[in-house]
Amino acid sequence: MLSKCMTGVIATFAFGALAAGNVLAQDTVKIGLIISMTGQQASTGKQIKAAVDLYMKENGDTVAGKKVQVILRDSGSVPDNTKQLAQELIVNEKVNVIAGFEITPAALVVAPLATEAKVVELVMAAGTSIITEKSPYIVRTSFTVPQSCVIVADWASKNNIKKVVTIVSDYAPGFDAEKSFSERFKAAGGEITEAIRVPLANPDFAPFLQRAADTKPDAIFIFVPSGQGGTFMKQFAERGLDKAGIKLIGPGDVTDDDLLPGMGDAAVGTVTAHFYSADHNSPKNRAYVAAFQKANNFRPAFMSVGGYDGMHLIYEALKKTGGKADGDSLIAAMKGMKWESPRGPISIDPETRDIVQNIYIRKVEKKDGQLYNVEFATFEAVKDPVKAASKK
Amino acid sequence: MILPRSTILTATECLSTRARWNPLEFAFWVFAFAAIYLMPGHHLILTEIAWLGLFALSLDLILGYAGIASLGHAAFFGFGAYTAALLAKHQIINEPVLAMLAAGIAAMILGFVTSFLVLRGSDLTRLMVTLGVALVLRELANRYGWLTGGADGLQGVTIQPIFGTFRFDMFGHTGYTYCLTVLFILFLVARRLVNSPFGLSLLSVKGNPLRASAIGISVDARLVAIYTVAAGYAGIAGALLAQTTAFASLEVFSFDRSADLLLVLIIGGAGYLYGGLIGAIIFKFMQDYLSALTPQYWPFWIGLVLVTIVLVGRDRISSWTAPIRRLSTLMNWRTFGSRRAVSSIQRTSQ
Amino acid sequence: MLTILFDGIAYGMLLFVLAAGLAVTLGLMNFVNLAHGAFAMAGGYVTVLTVNRMGVPFLASLPIAFLASAALGFIFERTLYVHVYGKSHLDQVLFTIGLVFMSVAAVDYVMGSSQVFVQVPGPLQGKFDLFGIGIGRYRLLIIIICGLLTIALQCILAYTRFGSRLRAAVDDSRVARGLGINVNRIFALTFAFGSGLAGLGGALGAEILGLDPGFPLKFMIYFLIVVTVGGTSSITGPFLASLLLGIGDVAGKYYVPTLGSFVIYTIMIVILIWRPQGLFARAASR
Repeated sequence: MLSKCMTGVIATFAFGALAAGNVLAQDTVKIGLIISMTGQQASTGKQIKAAVDLYMKENGDTVAGKKVQVILRDSGSVPDNTKQLAQELIVNEKVNVIAGFEITPAALVVAPLATEAKVVELVMAAGTSIITEKSPYIVRTSFTVPQSCVIVADWASKNNIKKVVTIVSDYAPGFDAEKSFSERFKAAGGEITEAIRVPLANPDFAPFLQRAADTKPDAIFIFVPSGQGGTFMKQFAERGLDKAGIKLIGPGDVTDDDLLPGMGDAAVGTVTAHFYSADHNSPKNRAYVAAFQKANNFRPAFMSVGGYDGMHLIYEALKKTGGKADGDSLIAAMKGMKWESPRGPISIDPETRDIVQNIYIRKVEKKDGQLYNVEFATFEAVKDPVKAASKK
Repeated sequence: MILPRSTILTATECLSTRARWNPLEFAFWVFAFAAIYLMPGHHLILTEIAWLGLFALSLDLILGYAGIASLGHAAFFGFGAYTAALLAKHQIINEPVLAMLAAGIAAMILGFVTSFLVLRGSDLTRLMVTLGVALVLRELANRYGWLTGGADGLQGVTIQPIFGTFRFDMFGHTGYTYCLTVLFILFLVARRLVNSPFGLSLLSVKGNPLRASAIGISVDARLVAIYTVAAGYAGIAGALLAQTTAFASLEVFSFDRSADLLLVLIIGGAGYLYGGLIGAIIFKFMQDYLSALTPQYWPFWIGLVLVTIVLVGRDRISSWTAPIRRLSTLMNWRTFGSRRAVSSIQRTSQ
Repeated sequence: MLTILFDGIAYGMLLFVLAAGLAVTLGLMNFVNLAHGAFAMAGGYVTVLTVNRMGVPFLASLPIAFLASAALGFIFERTLYVHVYGKSHLDQVLFTIGLVFMSVAAVDYVMGSSQVFVQVPGPLQGKFDLFGIGIGRYRLLIIIICGLLTIALQCILAYTRFGSRLRAAVDDSRVARGLGINVNRIFALTFAFGSGLAGLGGALGAEILGLDPGFPLKFMIYFLIVVTVGGTSSITGPFLASLLLGIGDVAGKYYVPTLGSFVIYTIMIVILIWRPQGLFARAASR
């Protein structure tokens, strides 16, 4: 019985010896990519990985004389894991950049590590405003939820929508969305008849939709994480709410390109505001979509451009610093950088290290038999409104 | 046939020979403490192994020694984790050691309160009820998001240095030493507990509760006692997790955590206290290796390991190590020179 | 609100079809099959594949899902589960958890991790009004199909020879064997049938519950709750339990949205303390 200790002890030492053979290469810039390959946010992780792979395929793995190595780890959509993995990557693999962060708590929990180790934390997916304030080494290439929500509120108040019910998922980006939309909408004279919160995991929208419909609003404002838009849309149609004349508005998470093709005709006519649509009409985007679809069997969605642009940012920053990969040089180089992304022109705000980008109003339409978010209005260079407001 | 007096052991002698320290045990702990100095690069994973081992030890107390199968042991783990994190965040108790003890006591209270649920019913009922308790706690934590941070987890937790001097650094040095020390002390307590008359009576309850109650052992009281103690241990393990990562989220209550814990204990073997620790070592390294190998599909291999272990049979796996077991009893004999001791060990270690 | 009642009944009956197989398995062989949700997931994915990729009409794909899951259940039972029957409950739990992990990862590998949708035919979408109650067409279909299934199950159990043999084997398998009833064969068939039912439930539920590789883990809790609350010695027990849970869940979310699923777990614990054998079970002879 006690013999098993021996086995355990030997196992410990064997692994220790194996792992000790770690050779450190000074000419490699290591990027720790921690995303969910399993778990609730697995679809986001899949998109980001595909985008990162595509960028490296197109641009090679050598920049400014250094080799770029991406080390992939699965966080399982669990913030605890993200922190432990980040710690291991920083301490054992000595990465220069930690990237990924598909959910807000993951980004928040790694922030003190980034500050202590002076490592760049590159947020490619999470969307809550306050993230970039948590450490001077955080930079974001994804989006902030309020960016899209205030634009939706502006559009709604100008388009004859007076009464709105808000339905959001019960977590930080949801609260962000609810708050930024409600404040802007009420300031423009609109009325929020009810604010409903849906549980984040395993949501069954039916009772909540019923409750929303019973208040007889002009529109329902919806925010759910990118994996759940499909279910919501189905249940929206099943209640017959689209036929009852209730419009569906919200940030583009609900009509995520990843799930849009499967949503059926119920989604047609939904108006959303977001920073990326696979249908965006620019040569850069068309090339991006074509290459992406060729390499994978699915369409690029808004989560993917966060990954694609994140890699671009790292590459360009390395070129600017001439290969120096320590945290302070990289952050200094990243601030203020502007470039043309598949989504449109974007830049990194030097003051907040957050992303500044165009937000488009789009409507779901059928093109060539497939559903797309077709853009019909553009709001340029939108900064994160929450931070902008707090500075006034 | 009447046995000669010299071969009959008294109860005390029986217990004390069971409780004697084996040289292999010494070696295990020496290596564990030596790792503080010899393996500084691996302190992060060793810290995880330490609190996971403590968690598995707590499950061993109820599963291996009292026969209570629990699918929701994470309830106490999570309760301890949140207690410690909240105490630190709101600066109610700044000293981590005190906070850890407080978390352990809180978990013990929870364990005591819920222990009455596992007294009645069959194995299946116990599995369901314990699962239910863990899920209810998870929902409570989710519902009271203003206190627990809800689905995002508890942010803004800063852990003060232990005794004012040992800061929790990102390399895990302080963390590992802290967790290992706590584990060792609690292990000693547990070892004392299971090798006492109380521990032996637990084994009889596990074997046949009806018969145990027939000879005057109060089954319910013992089950409540061991369940409470195990809950306290699990709560302390949770507090260690919260303190070394400065974070607590709903995942501490999840079903996955309870299921993984069962796997850890089964890999090591239940019923001799070291099973949880060895299982934790093997499981963590295996998980690390597999998830680096296939970041997306590693649960498949973990599932395969589970299925294989059950199909092969836990008894058969332990019988593969029989030669080493014989070696360990021989070593014991040579070290302590008592033939009587050896034969009694051979008898009681069936 | 009668619409909520209607929705709750639909949800409850769906839960019943999903959990019925588990109830019978547990009652018959005392075997805890936590991997039951995997068979439901299999049925769901078969429907998705046949309807979306092969253009089979939705209603025709339901029997296909049933047969596919039943076949899968039969194969697994004969090859893997037989080895685990004699073992302790804990071993069975571990075994089936391992199977769940494997199936989740395998489906993830083959089908991808995002949610998949079934192209439900037009006539089944939307709702119509009946005496002021909004009747969702799809949910009405679920109620009809599940209702028919329940009646069929009850008839099989009560009026056929196979049913009486099954009931005998559940009550006391030793005596049943002694009377010459081939309990092993009954079990294989019942297991296959139960898995088939789960597959059918998965196919119907894909539209309402959402189908992705994590399905078995997400909904396992609900099946277990139905089975534990309803007891395992009859069909009516789990049936009433699922209705109770379905209505309770939907009504709870409508009237008290902040409490949500909390209600279900509390009900389960309360009922288990009060009646450890389940709400509707007779006192077990085991």
